[in-house]
Amino acid sequence: MTPFLYEKVSERGDALSLGTHPGAAYLGGGTNLVDLMREAIARPTLLVDVTGLSCKIEEDEKGGLRIGAGVKNTAVATDRRVRARFPLLAQAILAGASAQIRNMATVGGNVLQRTRCAYFYDDEAHCNKRSPGSGCDAIGGFNRNHAILGASPACAATHPSDMCVALAALDATVSIDGPRGSRDLPLTDFHRLPGDAPEIDTELRSGELITSIVLPSNGFSKRSSYRKVRDRSSYAFALVSVAAALELDGGRIKNVRLALGGVAHKPWRAHVAEAALAGRPATEAFFAEAAEAELRDAKGLRDNTFKIKLAKRVIVDSLVKLSNAKDAPR
Amino acid sequence: MSIVQAALKKAIALAPDSWIPGGSPDPLIRERHGHVGQPVSRIDGPLKVAGKARFAAEFPIEGLTYAALHYSSVAKGRIVEIRTSEAEQAPGVVLVMTHRNAPSLAKAPAFGTNPKAAGGDDLAIMQDDRIHWNGQAVALVLAETQEQADHAQSLIRVDYEVDAASTSFEQAIADGTEPGQFMGEPLKLRIGDADALFATAPAKVDATYRTPGHNHNPIELHAATLAWSGDELRVHDASQAVTHAAWTLSQIFGIKEEQVHVTSPFVGGGFGSKTLWHHQILGAAAARLAKRPVRIVLSREGVFRTVGGRAPTEQRVALGARRDGTFDAIIHTGVTAMTPHNAMTEPFIIATRSLYAAKSFRLEVDTVKLNTVANTFMRAPGEAVGTFALESAIDELAAEIGMDPIELRIRNEPERDPTQGLPFSQRGIVAAWRAGAERFEWYKRQQRPRSVRDGDWLVGLGCATATYPYYRMPGGAARITVTRDGRAIVAVAAHEMGMGTATAQTQVIADRLGLSMDQVKFHYGDTSLPGIVLAGGSQQTASVGAGVVAAHRALVAEMLKLAGNDSPLAGLHPSEVGGFDGGLCALDDHDRRESYASILARAQRTEISVEAEASMPLEMQHWSMHSHAAMFCEARVNEVTGEVRISRFLGSFDCGRILNPKTAASQFRGGIIMGLGLALMEETQLDERTGRIMNPSLAEYHVPVHLDVPAIDVIWTDEADPRTPMGARGVGEIGITGVGAAVANAVFNATGKRVRDLPITLDKLL
Amino acid sequence: MQFVINGRSLDADVDLRTSLLDLLRDHFGLSGTKKGCNQGACGACTVLVDGNRINSCLALAVQYQGRKITTVEGLTSNGALHPLQEAFVAHDGFQCGYCTPGQICSAIGMANELRTGVPSYVTADVAAEAITVDFDEIRERMSGNICRCGAYNGIIEAISETLGTIPLPEAKDAP
Ligand SMILES: Cc1cc2nc3c(=O)[nH]c(=O)nc-3n(C[C@H](O)[C@H](O)[C@H](O)COP(=O)(O)OP(=O)(O)OC[C@H]3O[C@@H](n4cnc5c(N)ncnc54)[C@H](O)[C@@H]3O)c2cc1C
Ligand code: FES
Ligand code: FES
Repeated sequence: MTPFLYEKVSERGDALSLGTHPGAAYLGGGTNLVDLMREAIARPTLLVDVTGLSCKIEEDEKGGLRIGAGVKNTAVATDRRVRARFPLLAQAILAGASAQIRNMATVGGNVLQRTRCAYFYDDEAHCNKRSPGSGCDAIGGFNRNHAILGASPACAATHPSDMCVALAALDATVSIDGPRGSRDLPLTDFHRLPGDAPEIDTELRSGELITSIVLPSNGFSKRSSYRKVRDRSSYAFALVSVAAALELDGGRIKNVRLALGGVAHKPWRAHVAEAALAGRPATEAFFAEAAEAELRDAKGLRDNTFKIKLAKRVIVDSLVKLSNAKDAPR
Repeated sequence: MSIVQAALKKAIALAPDSWIPGGSPDPLIRERHGHVGQPVSRIDGPLKVAGKARFAAEFPIEGLTYAALHYSSVAKGRIVEIRTSEAEQAPGVVLVMTHRNAPSLAKAPAFGTNPKAAGGDDLAIMQDDRIHWNGQAVALVLAETQEQADHAQSLIRVDYEVDAASTSFEQAIADGTEPGQFMGEPLKLRIGDADALFATAPAKVDATYRTPGHNHNPIELHAATLAWSGDELRVHDASQAVTHAAWTLSQIFGIKEEQVHVTSPFVGGGFGSKTLWHHQILGAAAARLAKRPVRIVLSREGVFRTVGGRAPTEQRVALGARRDGTFDAIIHTGVTAMTPHNAMTEPFIIATRSLYAAKSFRLEVDTVKLNTVANTFMRAPGEAVGTFALESAIDELAAEIGMDPIELRIRNEPERDPTQGLPFSQRGIVAAWRAGAERFEWYKRQQRPRSVRDGDWLVGLGCATATYPYYRMPGGAARITVTRDGRAIVAVAAHEMGMGTATAQTQVIADRLGLSMDQVKFHYGDTSLPGIVLAGGSQQTASVGAGVVAAHRALVAEMLKLAGNDSPLAGLHPSEVGGFDGGLCALDDHDRRESYASILARAQRTEISVEAEASMPLEMQHWSMHSHAAMFCEARVNEVTGEVRISRFLGSFDCGRILNPKTAASQFRGGIIMGLGLALMEETQLDERTGRIMNPSLAEYHVPVHLDVPAIDVIWTDEADPRTPMGARGVGEIGITGVGAAVANAVFNATGKRVRDLPITLDKLL
Repeated sequence: MQFVINGRSLDADVDLRTSLLDLLRDHFGLSGTKKGCNQGACGACTVLVDGNRINSCLALAVQYQGRKITTVEGLTSNGALHPLQEAFVAHDGFQCGYCTPGQICSAIGMANELRTGVPSYVTADVAAEAITVDFDEIRERMSGNICRCGAYNGIIEAISETLGTIPLPEAKDAP
């Protein structure tokens, strides 16, 4: 680990002014950043500890929630309002990592965690994300965990977060503060596709701080699910995960949200499938058609082609289960 | 094998039983009311749960320096330039060692080249610019703190000249194989004309099975704390072979064996990996160069780069049978990988040599050489993956001829060892099958695959035979000291890696000496103690047992001499006397006795100490000695996702007498759980383009977690093997064998899909 | 820097890079907390901070100044083992013992989480008031602690017995 300075801040202003220093990085729970520093992939020279900022969950008049960036993952998943109104989010968080890590990890850090691509992690390998222009060893190598959607010839890494997949489905907004003022971005626009600049994960600009995540109220709490498929039953990253939420009107789909994890450089909101389903009868045939449409452009690499089939199946199965749920559990 | 060796082997096979160790059963087998067989809790338990058991990296030494390693990034070639100046100038750095300044070291004697050799490979370490695998340590940094050493290490830059390397198992096979050897014997066996009989057999299967490389991943990182004083080297190691490590280090450093003192009181899991690898050697070299004590703890990545694991295999099993299931031909051949710098062939045909009767056999292991870290022994080397192929094939044959797979196995139960012709010392596999089948309710299994469904889950049952040989290596020895207060200390250079050795041996010794457990102390894990006892091959219990038997015999003889004519024991021959109630008694008359205290007091002695060596382990060549188990698995396969979950598992064991049901059950379960890992998720990912392991972390190399593991049921026959010390056979390795096949067979029964390459990941079932 | 460890206030002058784990092991000689990966991937380094379990290997010590840290050494009182420690011995919830302090601290953290109503991924209804603690719940919640020796059954038995309420599927040893 490269030596660094450390400042714990208790005012947002202090964070922002320190955050503009060259070499500065914000520090949440450290569960990703410390790991990357130890691997010499991240080499910040100043850590600005922001765990003391934005540690509250507040609600708006309509039942929406504003979750501070410093709130721990466990605290989000335990919050009564989250569990009752956004059970999908609680489930997705609980599907990630381990209890110990969720107790440390913050919302802001979770959103900004970096890929787990083995070639990104190995500083002897070629990786355009770690050292731009060096090439991508993953595309011709081990790529079971890699993207089937939206990848580029430069990078096929996936974003590993479970929480973000639920946030993408739930139309969450990321509130950002920075040296040039504050702004909001829909979570679905926050993370980027790799294109020819895979070293840039997100739209966050240098020195900017995530302050909170805003969840608008919705009518999905009765029918939603987060299904994570992985190589062991717990404590493993997703091969494919599906966040699904449904509102029915009789037998028809009034509203549907679908997002996929483990398949792309960003949490993948399934806009195509959603559009195909809006207003349609909630039947398996339509679900299958929609899944097919969403994955039409999916491309497999050596080890991950199975994910195309897997993703379709889990989408269909999730929607079937949600529409069948008579007395949906919540 | 030379003519002399062959003749000797024949002579041992034909010798009268009474000439062979085990010819007259260990009297302890008859003892049914002592400590042996009791589910005693681990004597080191309170220390371990309190966090007070000290492991290798936890011994404080004044003036300690911390080491970090820099690894090569190419598989073969040479170092053209190594730039260390930045590292040398980094804060806290005490030393940067490379091939340019490392002290001169002799080649490491590799495992198997000498009875005490422990080297994972036979390379001269950091003596030249050659690179032998991707991940070889090319520089070592010592600093005042671990943080400083780690950082300085990251500043080192190396330029390589790269040679073409062999890093693809498949390509290497295509380029040609060589015959394999194991422990000096060719891995090749032919009886009859198996190919001809196979060709004409009315029922047959012929399939290829693949298993990937595996890494041990004990949770304790490989570590050592080392210090020199003059030419004496002190090593706190994490070791399952202290005596071997000390001897090997002495050879490398050109000093006397007695000048190396290795201790290892607790080992955080070994499974075959905690032997001597480059890190201890480099740590010792750096300590010498810097004249400072060194602590070297491999990072998890470092363990993958430095410590070898199980080699990949590609195996063909062809079974030819009659319609009634009787085997005419068993063909089990294939290829495994090793390296140019070691001598370890994964001997996957060993189980096939003794499991089933057949008219003809053709068994062969061929090898290819890869430029990787040296592969090594990993829990049940050979059997763990060999039984996956064989026992899957048997299941395939059972399906083919429409026979119950258990009945098919029992149909081919041999009366004598089918390939050696030796009588079995004890063999209760049929009883284990019957007991297991009943308890697991095997009769509920539907022969037709895809017959049982529970919601999204297809449910299937599968079974397989597990087996592991009884081994006892030469070198067992023990020292017994009995003091006037009636206490005993037994000392053996053995190891406790969690097998429960210290506890089980204390039970055994207490019974043998007629003492209570708290009157007995078992000392181990220290090269100053007698014996060359490898904690490997599940042989430690037998090796220590035989050493203690020998020392006990000497103790009794000495005691009788001391007791003299005034003792009630006067006139008895040592063979007529045993330990009883704090002293000695006549075996056939418990009233003729005298306590140790009384004998010693009368002789005006404060203590008596004897040391003896175990008999040569000839029993292994006189009898066919094997443990067995019947493994039963219930697997659930998700129809939507292909995910596999194990919902029930039973192991029904026949492993001789169980010394401690509590710790033995844990060994069985632990083996089964590692077997579940092998079946479902474990795989070392070697990038063939670079020869680099790409999942060197516990986040990416998956081993089972709590939720993967059901409540595992274990039962056993508890039938003593009359030919082994205490009637026991090893329990450490058998648990992992057979599990891969039991799972694969259950998955087949659930889904109708036969997965022949491990691990059985969900993509193979979609 | 000042730390509160097992009820004692301790000072150390450490490198900012030092993890809480290395602080405990190398600076305070509290080697009961183990290092199995240094990557957050095994749980051997689990300690309690204000009653919550965390992986001390990914925690920079500097972030934990002044917090109440409990390690395995802090569980014994006057030399007497904690009931959970006793249960680990009785149920053979370990073999080599290396993952054990982490498993024990983790289980205590888990008990706190159950008390405060933290749901898990296998909780059927995350919105429900009460969580039914069963075999799956405990296994999922303990899945952040890897045991390579495979002492999982004994660990769950020890925890169940100590927590008192969890019915387990039958898994007996031979009579
Ligand atoms: C073994 C292991 C398994 C895991 N498994 C999973 C899994 O299955 N699913 C999953 O989703 N995750 C998983 N994770 C990842 C884990 O969820 C993340 O590490 C965690 O969420 C990161 O949060 P943190 O607060 O610790 O972030 P940190 O490590 O502190 O920070 C991460 C990044 O965010 C930046 N940052 C932090 N806060 C802010 C802020 N407010 N504003 C701007 N920038 C900020 C930091 O500068 C850094 O770049 C796993 C991690 C490990 C180690
Ligand atoms: S050492 Fe911290 S999780 Fe493994
Ligand atoms: S007891 Fe050895 S790792 Fe758990």
